[in-house]
Amino acid sequence: MAFTAILSNKFRSFLSMLGIIIGVAAVIIMMAIGQGSKESVRAELSKMGTNLLTIRPGARMRGGVRQDPSAMQTLKMADYESIMSEASLVTKVSPEVSSGGQAIYGANNTNTTIYGGSSEYLDIKLWQLKDGDCFTEEDIKKSTKVCVVGTTVVEELFGSKDYDAVGKTIRFKSIPFRIVGILKSKGYNNWGMDQDNVIIAPYSTVMKRIAAQTYFNSIIVSALSEELSEKAIDELSVILRRNHKIKDEAEDNFTIRSQQEMMETMGSTMDTITVILVVAAAFSLLVAGIGIMNIMLVSVTERTKEIGLRMSVGARGIDIMSQFLIESIMISLTGALLGIGLGYGGSWLAKNVFMFPSSVPLWSVGVSFCVCAFIGIFFGYVPARKAARMDPIEAIRYE
Amino acid sequence: MQETNKDAKVVIELQNVRREFRVGSEVVKALRGVSFKIHEGEFVTIMGTSGSGKSTLLNQLGCLDTPTSGEYILDGTPVRKMRRSERAVLRNRKIGFIFQNYNLLAKTTAVENVELPLMYNKNYSAKERKEAAINALKAVGLGDRLDHKSNQMSGGQMQRVAIARALVNNPAVILADEATGNLDTRTSFEILCLFQELHKQGRTIIFVTHNPEIAQYSSRNIVLRDGKIREDVQNTDIMDASAALAALPKQQDD
Repeated sequence: MAFTAILSNKFRSFLSMLGIIIGVAAVIIMMAIGQGSKESVRAELSKMGTNLLTIRPGARMRGGVRQDPSAMQTLKMADYESIMSEASLVTKVSPEVSSGGQAIYGANNTNTTIYGGSSEYLDIKLWQLKDGDCFTEEDIKKSTKVCVVGTTVVEELFGSKDYDAVGKTIRFKSIPFRIVGILKSKGYNNWGMDQDNVIIAPYSTVMKRIAAQTYFNSIIVSALSEELSEKAIDELSVILRRNHKIKDEAEDNFTIRSQQEMMETMGSTMDTITVILVVAAAFSLLVAGIGIMNIMLVSVTERTKEIGLRMSVGARGIDIMSQFLIESIMISLTGALLGIGLGYGGSWLAKNVFMFPSSVPLWSVGVSFCVCAFIGIFFGYVPARKAARMDPIEAIRYE
Repeated sequence: MQETNKDAKVVIELQNVRREFRVGSEVVKALRGVSFKIHEGEFVTIMGTSGSGKSTLLNQLGCLDTPTSGEYILDGTPVRKMRRSERAVLRNRKIGFIFQNYNLLAKTTAVENVELPLMYNKNYSAKERKEAAINALKAVGLGDRLDHKSNQMSGGQMQRVAIARALVNNPAVILADEATGNLDTRTSFEILCLFQELHKQGRTIIFVTHNPEIAQYSSRNIVLRDGKIREDVQNTDIMDASAALAALPKQQDD
């Protein structure tokens, strides 16, 4: 019965469904993009190594209070050496200094960033070499002007990604660097940053010749395993507190973060954004529900005579009520099904055409379906009750 | 009173039925103590001008409304204290309604329209429902119009579908409200023929109308005025509607 009523008013039913369709599709696409971004951030971060620990100068930021600039210069050579000789739960250590600037070869130039690290830097950051070798401990001791470059730098300076640039000398901020190795491409990361636009050189060279600083921007460390990260952090803290002569009750003047922690931070940011988007989309579902209620009220009034007739031939209030409830539930559930389809389509489009990371979480489909069933009942109830409470005597004579 | 009716079962019994409506601060007395019995197999016309309480009485007889005082017994069941949903079930099992404007469901076939009362009776399976509907349609002479939709039929055909719908639940009483009011003379007589046929088959029919002519074709006539029975007479000289139909001038297009 409800089905015939919907079919006999195809266009109107479709219009009231449309709200649900759009609402459900929006919710699903938002959730898919949220979920997708989260997954890809996770994948990205684990690509950097799940056992990676990053030591940065300065205490943990609290509420964005600006810190003393001198607090940012606390990581020194001595810290690096202590970690190397004393820390038992770490396998590889490298300081990191960086500086942005222009690289030049012949008539070509490009803006890039130079990173200074130890010979273990590439291993910790999971870089692989396509060509040539990494610089050696010897290079670090002598502050040799050698470097390893990413493929973007090769392309910009030599005209082609595949150019064999090993042995060529480029200039970075007018300091000549001989290329000893070329990195395998990592591509763009999630935030749209070209990870191949880098030059990596011995930290000693970068500190002395380019950045002119005696402190490190950070020290990166590989823990023995992901599980031992927490213990490794404790061990490193003890070493650094001793080195920095920090009293028992005073706060650290450095911060050690594990990759898991980074993931959680990123994840919770993503979650917040997802929640906001989903709430916005959910409001459109609410509006859609009101639309259904409206159209059902019109339908009830329009079919007053039919209701009167049905009552005369023996329909009880509850029969009439369920007839209209089923109708509104069917409208909203059909809308939900179409919306889920559209949501999947939209998610596919986002992924394959707009290159958004997106994956539809199955539970969101279930939730949308249940929410729509609820909308059907909730917003169908008032019109259905209105129909059920009609007086058959008046209804049958209604014109 | 006809002797034959005295032995027949009493289908409808009204005992001093009163019905009052409150309109603002005034009380309108629509029925002021109406009592009568209708036996099985009677064809009763209830007549009266507008405002006579005719419609109120029809609503009472149809269990759409309950008396303010007095009692109405339908086929052995007292109605006054029944709840809404109980009365709905009672209507479903005991009463067949026929309305002036047919009240068929739009865009719905004849069979589906006739099936409607049985949709609210759980004792019927879908198959039994369809069979009963087809039989009822055959009984009113629409065996060849089963799948015609309501908007593809003439007024007379629509009223026949409505009559089939009133017959399908095999009711104790058929209540017709101005059933020929919207039809032309010829079709009216055709429908009247059908009612007389049903009467001959032993059906109990109550036909509410303001047209005095129709009373000549029924077996009993009750006249209402100002909420009271003014006249209640047996008709010993029932006219034959099919003869009247034959006597009508021939239609041009036939």
